[in-house]
Amino acid sequence: MLVEGPVEVVCDDGSVAVSDRFVVALCTCRRSHCYPWCDTSHRRRARPTPAPEEDAP
Amino acid sequence: MPPRPGDRPRLPRPQGKLSTAVLSALSSPSTPTPLSPFPHSPLPSLRTPGPDPLLAPTGAEIQQADPYGADLQLALYVLYELHYQGFDGVDDDREWDPALLAVRRALEEVFLRALRADVPSVGAAEALDGLLVEPVADDGTSVSHHLLRAGRLWQLREYAALRSLYHLKEADPHAWVIPRLRGRAKAGMVAVEFDEFGAGRAEDIHAQLFADLMADLGLETAYGHYLDLAPAEALATVTLMSLFGLHRSLRGALVGHFATVEVTSSPAARRLADAMRRTGAGPAAERFYDEHVEADAVHEQVVRREVVDGLLTDEPGLEPDVAFGIAATVHLEDRLAAHLLDAWRHDRTALRTPLAVTGER
Repeated sequence: MLVEGPVEVVCDDGSVAVSDRFVVALCTCRRSHCYPWCDTSHRRRARPTPAPEEDAP
Repeated sequence: MPPRPGDRPRLPRPQGKLSTAVLSALSSPSTPTPLSPFPHSPLPSLRTPGPDPLLAPTGAEIQQADPYGADLQLALYVLYELHYQGFDGVDDDREWDPALLAVRRALEEVFLRALRADVPSVGAAEALDGLLVEPVADDGTSVSHHLLRAGRLWQLREYAALRSLYHLKEADPHAWVIPRLRGRAKAGMVAVEFDEFGAGRAEDIHAQLFADLMADLGLETAYGHYLDLAPAEALATVTLMSLFGLHRSLRGALVGHFATVEVTSSPAARRLADAMRRTGAGPAAERFYDEHVEADAVHEQVVRREVVDGLLTDEPGLEPDVAFGIAATVHLEDRLAAHLLDAWRHDRTALRTPLAVTGER
């Protein structure tokens, strides 16, 4: 879910996460390794086929 | 004397006839280039002072060159670099030397023709959808999976050294497309680029974060320092962006390239961040990739929804170009990955010559 930044997100445990990015992507699937921010862990996964390389940020 | 940060890089060593011609022309004392009479020959000679004018490569020699080989790629890389930071001892005005531009054009045609012949023809939407699917497990073709699982510190250092050709000018090649876009595509592109360039904070420019990573790994952080060590496969991934960025006619391909980078970056960056943690590379090394996990999860959405969709709404005829940009990027990244994994699985350096152990060459 995209939200215009900057944002302060109050998590379930009461901690506050802050981001001043112009837009932030909030995790709604709870699979993110950097919750509450999205890390694309929601993506569909497939059995290995000849897959494109993906190494350049 | 080694270059200090901020200095211009030195010209690299040539890798064959084409790059020798280009580098010799650039290392000769610069002479004012007469704009009139404009050279009539399709490939005007590269002028050098003295009794033995250097022969420019002929059109036939360029046509016969390996489009992905080190010689052509280095010649192209050096000519493009005149549009970025230039080189020590090379006059800034050589950027617009008609003789050099003519040679560049001929090199570009060979490279582009090879790419168009070698990449699959798939629609842009289908190509992007394909990039959005993650493999369940390491399929043996992914550098980030390899580095996460089995990467050794020397391999991470080699990876950083060759990626520094791009990351020390990260997002620069894409900035050229901005005046060629309109509306949503332009606004989205500028927003993402603003983030890439540190959102107003010099210390957060992604190129600076990468220099910090390199320092953690004991590498030289000067711009262009590792050009001599880069294999042809690494050069090609960077010449591609400059080719797309510098040609307005390839603005669709540039957007396709940018979308590919942003869509594929986040999962790979997470693996690379974990690889840096596992090998104890250092906090700045971890930070560069951690930042890209989070940033590119956002950039990916903005690029697909605003930049790609905005461009194709504005100029629907560019759809094949966007698709070509995606396919060409994947093609060259695959070639680089195959080169790296082959070298590392055989415990060999993936660079032209190995890095010194201490990090100082």
